[in-house]
Amino acid sequence: MTLEFSSEEILETVEMIEAFNLDVRTVTMGINLQDCARSDAKKTGEKIRGKIIQLAAHLRQDAKDIELKYGIPIVNVRIAVTPVANLLGKASLDAFLYLAQVLDSAAAEMDIDFLGGYSALVQKGFTPAERALIDSIPSALSQTERVCASVNVASTKAGINMDAVALMGKIIKETAHLTAERDGIGCAKLVVFANAVEDNPFMAGAFHGPGEPEAVINVGVSGPGVIRNVLERMDGASLGEVAEAIKKAAFKITRVGEMVGRELSKKLGVTFGILDISLAPTPTVGDSVAEILEKIGIGKVGGPGSTAALAMLNDAVKKGGAFASSYVGGLSGAFIPVSEDAGMARAAAEGWLTLEKLEAMTSVCSVGLDMIAIPGDTTPETISAIIADEMAIGVINCKTTGVRIIPAPNKGPGDWVTFGGLLGEAPVLPIKGGSADEFIKRGGRIPAPLQGLNN
Amino acid sequence: MAEKVVITVLGKDRVGIVAEISGVLYQNNVNILDINQKVMGEEIFAMTMLVDISLSKVSFAELKEQLEKKGEEMELKVMAQHEDIFKFMHRI
Repeated sequence: MTLEFSSEEILETVEMIEAFNLDVRTVTMGINLQDCARSDAKKTGEKIRGKIIQLAAHLRQDAKDIELKYGIPIVNVRIAVTPVANLLGKASLDAFLYLAQVLDSAAAEMDIDFLGGYSALVQKGFTPAERALIDSIPSALSQTERVCASVNVASTKAGINMDAVALMGKIIKETAHLTAERDGIGCAKLVVFANAVEDNPFMAGAFHGPGEPEAVINVGVSGPGVIRNVLERMDGASLGEVAEAIKKAAFKITRVGEMVGRELSKKLGVTFGILDISLAPTPTVGDSVAEILEKIGIGKVGGPGSTAALAMLNDAVKKGGAFASSYVGGLSGAFIPVSEDAGMARAAAEGWLTLEKLEAMTSVCSVGLDMIAIPGDTTPETISAIIADEMAIGVINCKTTGVRIIPAPNKGPGDWVTFGGLLGEAPVLPIKGGSADEFIKRGGRIPAPLQGLNN
Repeated sequence: MAEKVVITVLGKDRVGIVAEISGVLYQNNVNILDINQKVMGEEIFAMTMLVDISLSKVSFAELKEQLEKKGEEMELKVMAQHEDIFKFMHRI
């Protein structure tokens, strides 16, 4: 009997895990809560709690068993639920705050790291319930630990709901204010989306979309450190060769996620939904998308060449990942959060990475303006205008974009915010330019672009 | 049916590594199917083993713990992983 793999292959896998932080970032169980909706918040809460506890009872332990069996860390275990705005017949701010508490305590009881779905999809307009949920977001995020919120305000098919964009500027400010003693950490749990996806396993934007089955397992892999290491050995190689090497490494990273997803869904008796092939960085040195761009040859991330290098990286990751998994979905691309990526935070502190350059880079990668600290005295209108810009990029390019931005209370350019853990730390970036107050005050809806008329 | 696990041992080369690790396996009735070892560079020792744990006296978790403990005693990194992770990653 001979080994079915060479010792080189075995050592390569072990090295990826031990030295280059290969891990499964998250296994996220999507749970449909539509059948829990009642006219009364108390009754709805009881149903929600019962269902989460029933479906997720073994989620943490099964994930631990898989970690042990394969020696691959699973960093987070999460739950995504039906957008909570759709769960109450009689909606009031207090009713939603009650549900936020129910969700938070159910997540704590199940030892779940984050629970997403405190959400509303309002790209075309608000129902009274959606409006009440959005108004409750600042209090909900300041009174809970694990609950994450998201609001979809735009889509290629619907255009941009500028009333919602204007409202979210105020909601983000208020959320920062209510969590001021922790640098506005509430805003780290809130995303504003264009073209939000229904099966995203990553936070803060995960929710269980209306097209999803009763329950589902979605997996998000990680692995910037592995890609960076592959590029260590590619000095002088052409960009075609670099892209090829990234593709191969992305394939291997993705296969691990595919294996974990299949096994976990089998154990739980729940459908395996999708694998999200995003490169998700962590604040650990070496586990950084910025450092990959530097290895490709960008002297300072944010400087000239950054957008092109990121576009190539994002595409190569998708090509490698798509072949490795039966069902790819979610956001699937490279993330460029600032505070969660030590290399990005450093480049921002040194002045190379600006808000304007970050916006350009989001047009070629997944997600958007992510985990960016801005001055605490930024007005709600300016925050709304930043959101509008990012939504426009998503809507016109038929892709998901998001804004997760933190107006750091009592802090200005050059100060740092510190959130700890996977959320990391980042310098406060200045915002240039004049006021867009008149633009935001107009309200209404920016019509869907021609790109949406593709039937 | 065989239940195959890959054991990887990494660290500074010294006398008795193979004997000590094999000892843990022997005590637990774990069969070694294949073994491969090399010394990389000056003195970095790397060993990969394919073992069958289907007749093991202890659970996989317990075996893994014993191996890791032995590794700590000898200042080595010892890992035990189900073979499927390597199949998934390196075979299409």
